Amino acid sequence: MSLDWNHQTLALVLFSAFIAVTLAITTWASRRRQGSPEEFYAGGRLFSPAENGFAIAGDYMSAASFLGISGLIALYGYDGMVYSVGFLVAWLLVLLLAAELVRNCGRFTLADVLVTRLRERPVRIATGTSSVVVSVLYLVAQMVGAGTLVALLLGSADSAVRTWAVIAVGALMVVYVSCGGMRATTWIQIVKAFLLMGGAIALTVLVLLRFGGDPISLLSDAAERSGRGEDFLAPGLLFGENLVSRLDFISLGIALVLGTAGLPHILSRFYTVPTARAARRSVVWAICLIGSFYLMTIVLGFGAAALLGSDTVRADNSAGNTAVPLLAQYLGGGAGTTGGTVLFAVVAAIAFATILAVVAGITLASSAAIAHDLYASLARRRADRPVREVAVARVAAVGIGAAAIGLGLLAQNLNVAFLVGLAFAVAASANLPVLLFTLFWRRFTTRGALWSVYGGLVPAVVLVVLSPVVSGSPDAIFPALDFAVFPLQNPGVVSIPLGFLAGWLGTIGDRTGADVTRHAETEVRALTGAGAA
Amino acid sequence: MTQHGTYGGTRPPEPQGAFGFDPWYDELASGREGWLPVAPPPGGVPESRRNGPAYDEAGAVYLAVQRSPEFQEVRRRHRRFVFPATAAFLGWYLLYIVTATAAPELMARPVGAGPVNVGMLAGLGQFVSTALLTWLYVNRARRRWDKEAFDLRWDTQLRTRGAAR
Repeated sequence: MSLDWNHQTLALVLFSAFIAVTLAITTWASRRRQGSPEEFYAGGRLFSPAENGFAIAGDYMSAASFLGISGLIALYGYDGMVYSVGFLVAWLLVLLLAAELVRNCGRFTLADVLVTRLRERPVRIATGTSSVVVSVLYLVAQMVGAGTLVALLLGSADSAVRTWAVIAVGALMVVYVSCGGMRATTWIQIVKAFLLMGGAIALTVLVLLRFGGDPISLLSDAAERSGRGEDFLAPGLLFGENLVSRLDFISLGIALVLGTAGLPHILSRFYTVPTARAARRSVVWAICLIGSFYLMTIVLGFGAAALLGSDTVRADNSAGNTAVPLLAQYLGGGAGTTGGTVLFAVVAAIAFATILAVVAGITLASSAAIAHDLYASLARRRADRPVREVAVARVAAVGIGAAAIGLGLLAQNLNVAFLVGLAFAVAASANLPVLLFTLFWRRFTTRGALWSVYGGLVPAVVLVVLSPVVSGSPDAIFPALDFAVFPLQNPGVVSIPLGFLAGWLGTIGDRTGADVTRHAETEVRALTGAGAA
Repeated sequence: MTQHGTYGGTRPPEPQGAFGFDPWYDELASGREGWLPVAPPPGGVPESRRNGPAYDEAGAVYLAVQRSPEFQEVRRRHRRFVFPATAAFLGWYLLYIVTATAAPELMARPVGAGPVNVGMLAGLGQFVSTALLTWLYVNRARRRWDKEAFDLRWDTQLRTRGAAR
């Protein structure tokens, strides 16, 4: 994309304005801080359901969705839609089986729920590790997205621009989290959710107005201008090539729907509201926002195909990531017009805000896993631990930021949507089985929990390392090497059942049996909210 | 399980809204207002203190509550809805995914004269079913188990607080 100076200036002004607002929020939040874990990890637990619902939506709707999914739909039609559907349906699992029970049993992290009935130290180390792995994978996806986006929007193919964009995003997220904690992070998510929904609604309305409000003619035009005709609206363009790619499609679909309930930064959002019923209401808010957002990404994707044509989108960026900014430019009046320039810059700034907000949420969750689970279990206990723990969490955020910057630079050529799919697969393999077994299976034991976490985490990570994502294909991290013995890009279809199976085997082979009293405590607390933090 | 008077606690007014149990009401139930006893330390009893006599008594309370018919009823109602509902939506979603890979020609079959086909309708159907199930669950939770669970919470907290003394 060639951008003239006006685009860049306006986009940069809007970027800077958003950064200024978020830093102001961070300063405001950090001036009121007392340094308690309640405040740092959970924002004092006093957010309202609507606020938390917007923050959940802000945490969840990443730039990969806004740019990536619409782009995939613009290029491949129907097959791109599976992301939109999977990302939404996943929330039913959170609503029905996780949100309220997790809120009732836990305090700050996933491990807090498990240790109500399991042995504390080993379980914290296991789930702390898996949470950090999931978060870092998800962070890398967002960092790669940030680098690509900024480079594209500033119209520079220069790799130095990408590198500096990744470093800047990493530095900003560390500042938000270590200075502002959960309170600043939550307000940044809320602001971002408003911006993103506003941008998506405006573009959707403009697209539909072009077609006289008739989605049928939108679809007809999309099919016609995609160059694929009827096939564009049917499955098969992206995943239909052979048996392996079809299996990959199923694997991705399963990972998307089961992963959300295992994402540490999503689970920790439920601790920011006072009660389980407030957690339920926040999920309902989130489902409304996320559902309408993903419906709009479908309209925008088909709109880009219908108005610009798939070939134009592909010519600009082969992964389709610029479909929405290009569509915005077209809707504003085209390249070179004032309207086109303004809309393009606004969409670019919204996408950038989206990335910044999402990385802040994940960084906070992973620093909580390091300080509250790993450090607290591995280090010797001290009397002043709560205050020290928050200090550790602030430092951990810096470490996570550095790791994410390094890996983000290493993985620059990977497809953002696939990386997100990987994070979901690991979350669904390592975190979901142990959470569901703890909440719903009477006989579940500590040994079963450890088997379940490691039995899901290790296969998921090993299969990713042995997959074409890491080696043996031109787009891989190490294109020169080839040790890809596992054909699928997404390990979910194998590793998720393994996580459940390992938990079951570990439990039935455990002669010590479950602790009846503590199971009673977990069940009563989960369903009634007695003794909730 | 509803003999609150015997504990001498001040019972809050019945949380009854226009639509049955009002979830907004119990924003106050976090303990901020001071009337709700906050029984065991949040996040469970630390492992180091799990062998004391107070903990055993609190554990006995949880066991007693778990075995009470009121709790069994709350759990039964909760599970009787969430388990089949989860199976239903996961099954419907898997059907959508697997059909697209195993029988793409079925998904490509046009519906009506326009460009709409079975696959597009199924995709939209996922959005509709998600909205519907969310509404059903929230409505049901509010009417079928929220109030009973709230009573049990109150009762359990009073009893575990008594045990901790």
